[in-house]
Amino acid sequence: MADLRTTFAGIRSPNPFWLASAPPTDKAYNVVRAFKEGWGGVVWKTLGEDPPVMNVSGPRYGALHSADRRVIGFNNIELITDRPLQLNLDEIKQVKRDWPDRAIVVSLMVPCEEQSWIAILKRVEETGADGVELNLGCPHGMSERGMGSAVGQVPDYVEMVTRWCKQHTRMPVIVKLTPNVADIRPPAMAAARAGADAISLINTINSIIGVDLDMMAPLPHTRGVGTHGGYCGPAVKPISLNMVAEIARTPETAHVPLSGIGGIEGWRDAAEYIALGCGNVQVCTAAMIYGFKVVKEMISGLSEWMDAKGYATIDDFSGRAIPKVTDWRHLDLGYAVKARIDQSLCIKCGRCHVACEDVSHQAITREVNGVRHYEVIDEECVGCNLCASLCPVENCIEMVPLAVGDVDVRTGRTIIEEPLPWDRHPANPMARVAAE
Amino acid sequence: MEREPRTDVAPGRLSPEAYAAGFSDLHPGFEPNAARVEAERCLFCYDAPCATACPTSIDIPLFIREIAKGQPKAAAKTILDANIMGAMCARVCPTETLCEEVCVRHFSDGAPVKIGQLQRYATDALFDAGAQPFTRAEATGRRIAVVGAGPAGLACAHALARAGHEVTIFEAREKPGGLNEYGIAAYKAAGGIAQREVDFILSLGGIVLKTGVALGRDFYLETLRAEYDAVFLGLGLGAVNALGLDREEGAEDAIDYIAALRQAEDLSALPVGRRVVVVGGGMTAVDVAVQAKRLGADEVTIVYRRGEKEMGASGYEQELALTEGVAIRHYARPVAVESGRAIFERTQIVDGRLAGSGETFDIPCDQLFKAIGQALDPSGVETIDLLGGRIKVDDERRTSIPNVWAGGDCVHDGEDLTVVAVEDGKRAAASIIAALVGPGRFGT
Repeated sequence: MADLRTTFAGIRSPNPFWLASAPPTDKAYNVVRAFKEGWGGVVWKTLGEDPPVMNVSGPRYGALHSADRRVIGFNNIELITDRPLQLNLDEIKQVKRDWPDRAIVVSLMVPCEEQSWIAILKRVEETGADGVELNLGCPHGMSERGMGSAVGQVPDYVEMVTRWCKQHTRMPVIVKLTPNVADIRPPAMAAARAGADAISLINTINSIIGVDLDMMAPLPHTRGVGTHGGYCGPAVKPISLNMVAEIARTPETAHVPLSGIGGIEGWRDAAEYIALGCGNVQVCTAAMIYGFKVVKEMISGLSEWMDAKGYATIDDFSGRAIPKVTDWRHLDLGYAVKARIDQSLCIKCGRCHVACEDVSHQAITREVNGVRHYEVIDEECVGCNLCASLCPVENCIEMVPLAVGDVDVRTGRTIIEEPLPWDRHPANPMARVAAE
Repeated sequence: MEREPRTDVAPGRLSPEAYAAGFSDLHPGFEPNAARVEAERCLFCYDAPCATACPTSIDIPLFIREIAKGQPKAAAKTILDANIMGAMCARVCPTETLCEEVCVRHFSDGAPVKIGQLQRYATDALFDAGAQPFTRAEATGRRIAVVGAGPAGLACAHALARAGHEVTIFEAREKPGGLNEYGIAAYKAAGGIAQREVDFILSLGGIVLKTGVALGRDFYLETLRAEYDAVFLGLGLGAVNALGLDREEGAEDAIDYIAALRQAEDLSALPVGRRVVVVGGGMTAVDVAVQAKRLGADEVTIVYRRGEKEMGASGYEQELALTEGVAIRHYARPVAVESGRAIFERTQIVDGRLAGSGETFDIPCDQLFKAIGQALDPSGVETIDLLGGRIKVDDERRTSIPNVWAGGDCVHDGEDLTVVAVEDGKRAAASIIAALVGPGRFGT
């Protein structure tokens, strides 16, 4: 039985599944319900200075639905906690006392003034919380007041605020980054320079979830007008995975523990984040959509998978995929795959054919001997994976690598042992210059 | 002492609620959410097998995608463009042997997309909105006579009117619609859909309907040929096959009974036997058997001379009959109909041919329906070449007489289905348009 216990930035929890700072962690009532279902920890919804902020009383959320009306993307315009600071602190203290084995980290957002951070850190310490997370990422509302992503988008500010916090508290400091930047590495490096104990990412992405075509207004709208919100849910996972990988493989930040956030709905999503270097994960949308019980599947599924793979602890596979993330120029251009359609699984919908025919390389037949039949034409197949991606039947189309010594009938080239990346490729004029 | 069996044929066997329940929709239509969920199951196949299987070549993946994206009226336009009687076809087509039989979803999850139900959802949406998606081309001044206001005639008339021609339809019955109005079980056409569809077709304009006038009685083919630029015959099958018994007076014609049922103001006034026997194995046999049951018959038995696989009624229809409590007996043919009973002889296949076995049995019977098919009534078309007792036509539905086209059940070619009749009408219209004005939109 796999051991799911983690120690992340010095904070112990019984499993790697934390609830992210968000509506599910705004009150003791919710947090206690979450702990009863088995969540390993929570990041308490962001505290700010009194008086508390006001939220709109119109719709705060909007959803991107899949065909079967599952929520695949989600956005919100909710601000940080709108409850008095002392009320939150009292509840944090009580919950930590009642649930000592669970991680309680407190998310914070105050103006960019050292005194503000000193003041709130002192009060959080009194609760016995396990650590703080700096909310430098909220992209809506608070950013208009010079906080949230307005700070996270400027590496110097990230460094400055992180330094203040490291200087004024003994608690571990996790810096939560905004993805609303051109390159995630500079703010991550700033946090690392300032001595952050960990980085968590991503916060939500600037987004308009849709347009109300009757009102001619963005969704969600308040009295007929709307503003951009923060986007999250399964649809953002690929964006977050890339940012996690970038930080994990950048030398200046590679040593910093990462907490992965973005679109985690099940154990597999979590395992992917951990494989790319995360020490734990944080979840919000899945809990908001399905309730806290989703963590049970995450725990059992991850445990089953780890047992099957022979991983005893989270550390055993954390970061295992990082060495496999590289730059395009290092990809082997001498390697080739061909699509193979398993005729026994093919349901003959013809979508692989029309996609390849209309938009790709005309490498799949439509009929053979006058009969509806889809077969790959190796002479045309570039191995692009489009057909396999859109095939409605799992495992029906497989991308099969050519073996060393095989001839790619499309190019006439023989597959060789030695990798042939672009920077050494004969077709690259720069490579030739370098060789001479 | 043996008593003489009584025949018990009586009206009013059920409560008013039971009549209402028995003759409302067999399957209620989709609610919007159910339609969207079902529509999303469609894979939007390329060169889709369902569209190929449809006799009218409806672009099924496209109309389903239009439903999925929330535009059922656009979906209806796609359907009606290929099949103007898409609303009735959605209800009466044997989809399990046409579009749904070849749906690739059979292979991926064991059940086809419910194409018929989705088609109904779309066409209902259009009719409920009262929208008219079609317009007529500029008037050509050409006049065409259509004989018969059934599916073939109406489809032909609509296509011709769209092309700008002036059409006059001559119909022998009091109402248009053909078998959709007179010959199909009421629970398949609830809510007056057959007439709503005809009204929709006629609302395009350019079509004049004359009812109560019969070819060979009130007007003649030669007169039509003289007065119109072209003639289309969608006569249907006016004659009923006989059982070939010595005494057949006790046998009622299933089609007549269904017609009476469909036109009845008050179903409780319609007499039905306590014990009903239906001879035949097609859709009509099932329609009359199930409706007799729903009118309150105690026992209904379908007797068919061959086996289950040879029955004209689809597997779905056979199952419906059995679910309704109708008994189906195979390999038997009637030899006599008497008061209170019908006598059958068991049949068998000998050297590949059907033969009597000499062994007979009785079925108690108060009312016997024959549903053994219909034949062309040749009055009025004596001068046209026939093939197999029906009008001979070519691919374009031209008859042996110049400027006379024909389609639907009255021609030799194709299955006797509404959807096939519509395709006949469509093809004949394209041919007529090409003949009159050269190839255009429909002729290409």
